Amino acid sequence: MRGRQASREARRAREFEAFVAGAAGRLLHAATLLTAEARNDNPRARRLLTLSLAHTYAGWDRLRGEDPYDRARRYLATRFAREVWQRRGGFGRPRHRPAGPLAALAPQERLIVVLRLYEGVAEEQAAALLGLTPERVRAVCDRAVALLLHPPPAPVAAPTRAWGAVSES
Amino acid sequence: MNRTQREAAARRLMEQSPPRVPPGLCAEAVRRGDRALRRRAVARRALWLLLLAAAVAFTVWALTVQPWAEPPAETTPPLTGW
Repeated sequence: MRGRQASREARRAREFEAFVAGAAGRLLHAATLLTAEARNDNPRARRLLTLSLAHTYAGWDRLRGEDPYDRARRYLATRFAREVWQRRGGFGRPRHRPAGPLAALAPQERLIVVLRLYEGVAEEQAAALLGLTPERVRAVCDRAVALLLHPPPAPVAAPTRAWGAVSES
Repeated sequence: MNRTQREAAARRLMEQSPPRVPPGLCAEAVRRGDRALRRRAVARRALWLLLLAAAVAFTVWALTVQPWAEPPAETTPPLTGW
């Protein structure tokens, strides 16, 4: 009994290590894009990634053929959404200046752009994950892409926009 | 520029300069994951113990009180001097 459990733990550790070696780079990049941090100063992204990998590790024996990468990505996205939601009232002003390619976008726009374009998640799946309608996801994604490619000339207060303060266009 | 081209351009913008993965990330994740697993195991064991204790308590109570036995009649006066 004890021997079998030990061998299972060893196998889990081995598989998980291989998974992390393959997936951590891409997930960390996605997390850094989400948090809009600089590429070599990204404590929030690292924390998000560590938590999502720990979650994946804890559920490793109950994956049952599910893709661990998908699971880690889902946890990363929902955790980020929750943190944004929790810090949106008053005191939770972002302490760092947004950096990176997505600095001009609001958190929700970053989340949708990263899921849809960087990770290639289907519109319906992204919508289900975030609790939005697919049309809304498509609209937000289009607007965010337009904002990325043609940034407004004046230094508008775009980075400080709140989660829900984006208007439907 | 059509939609596909715009999305490809945005994708290229995002693919630039990937961050470096810090060393010790896997170890930290394993440590946290192990802790979560252990916590879950402890919680599950505590719940089982609680269930077991409740079952034992109920059995003892049922055996002492015997709620299925008919209580002695109290309304009819005892039959004496017959």
